[in-house]
Amino acid sequence: MIISELKPWSEILSYLKDEGKIFLVGCKGCAETCHTGGEAEVLEMKRRLEQEGKIITGFSIIDLLCDKALARMRLTPHQIEVKAADSMLIMSCGIGVQAVSALINKVTHPACNTINLGGVQGEWRGDERCQQCGDCVLDLTGGICPLSVCPKGLLNGPCGGSKNGRCEVEPEVRECGWHLIYERLKKLGRLDKMKAIPPLKDYSKMQPPKQLRNTTLWSLER
Amino acid sequence: MSLRQALKSGKFVITAEIGPPKGIDVNNLLSNAELLRGRVDAVNVTDQQSSIMRLGSLASCVLLKEKGLEPIVQMTCRDRNRIALQSDLLSAQVLGMKNILCLTGDYVTLGDHPQAKPVFDLDSVSLLQAARQLEQGHDLAGKELTGSPHFFLGASVTPGAKPIEPQLIKMEKKVKAGAQFFQTQAIFEPRKFEQFMQQAKNFNAPVLVGIIVLKSANMARFMNKNIGGVYVPETTIEELDKAQDKTKKGIEITVRLINEMKSMCQGIHIMAIGLEAKVPALIDAAGL
Repeated sequence: MIISELKPWSEILSYLKDEGKIFLVGCKGCAETCHTGGEAEVLEMKRRLEQEGKIITGFSIIDLLCDKALARMRLTPHQIEVKAADSMLIMSCGIGVQAVSALINKVTHPACNTINLGGVQGEWRGDERCQQCGDCVLDLTGGICPLSVCPKGLLNGPCGGSKNGRCEVEPEVRECGWHLIYERLKKLGRLDKMKAIPPLKDYSKMQPPKQLRNTTLWSLER
Repeated sequence: MSLRQALKSGKFVITAEIGPPKGIDVNNLLSNAELLRGRVDAVNVTDQQSSIMRLGSLASCVLLKEKGLEPIVQMTCRDRNRIALQSDLLSAQVLGMKNILCLTGDYVTLGDHPQAKPVFDLDSVSLLQAARQLEQGHDLAGKELTGSPHFFLGASVTPGAKPIEPQLIKMEKKVKAGAQFFQTQAIFEPRKFEQFMQQAKNFNAPVLVGIIVLKSANMARFMNKNIGGVYVPETTIEELDKAQDKTKKGIEITVRLINEMKSMCQGIHIMAIGLEAKVPALIDAAGL
């Protein structure tokens, strides 16, 4: 189980500032349980975005978005709607956002922040990892998590240790995460995202929040 | 003359790097510094280079300043979080240090304490921002300072990186964040450096091209395999391999590189890595 919460409405709207047509993706796994990406929330998001003048080209709610094989299968019938959209808004944890980004050549935006549950990871089937940092930056990085793919967790681009697209830390097994992000953003025509300097990261959000520690869920996980 | 004045004067600027000792015997550090006095405009002291624990850059720079040299403090984000880095920036200032080279730092597992906890709370760009914020009288939390520092801030860039675009994007961010000069990673391909400078000159920050004196073909091969963004062409490696006197050949190659690249940028940054004693001869041979 991965806990997520919806990002502030203003932040979501800021992602979609220059985009009129949006495809929505929800998740019937953890995100449905957290009331961040189930059917009710996706329909509510659709209503609110339409109120803001956005056109929702379509939506899909996938049983477990982290399962890329399943996600691909469920998104295939929506090809035309996805193609018609300027971008995709993903209502799930960071792994779901990264899974869709890996599958589809389209700008993705995270609608949620993934909250730290103290090291517990949810269901996943692929390479994507979420550090549950509580302040998702996937919008800036082409849907590839810099905290996960860069050993230094850099937020402003590759360090001097990037060599032929490989990482200085373990070049034989690791690609340079920022090389991957660069290639993805270039393919999407969004290198402007890499040129922007993000705000300083608030690492206090990486601690599991107090209210979570009081839940039965937390006791069970322990 | 300060580094800022030297760069402003339009002269061709020379900086050189010194590695501090692993321990407290500073004789070698001071004798290397003595060789450089009057020959270079400023001297960098590395900050736990390659993640190997040594005497600190700030302490070493204070010693150099006492000997009348113009020091450049190197500061990396590997070992200190934003609290310690800001504090060290303030400490540097009260000890008379203006020039700070802001770096991300190598990863800890490359060094001699691979078990250490890596920090990287800030990176090169946000460290520059932190220094700028302190200059404006506030820390990163927005709290007011009593007395604010004033720095001359530098940063690094890797002109030999493939592809080069991510490096240029980050370089531009560094300028926006406050970088006033650049010292580059070593480059052995003048044509590549020329192409890089065609883009980099648009950022209007002086660039000192990084120069490493090759000691042997094996050293070149090692760097090609292990050092990010450094590529020694095969022809240069062969040249060294065939030479009888490797040190002499290394200097000869370096002089040739300096001569080919000096018109493209505002100065050179010499990383002698053990050949500090040869730096004055190198500067003479290059006619600088």
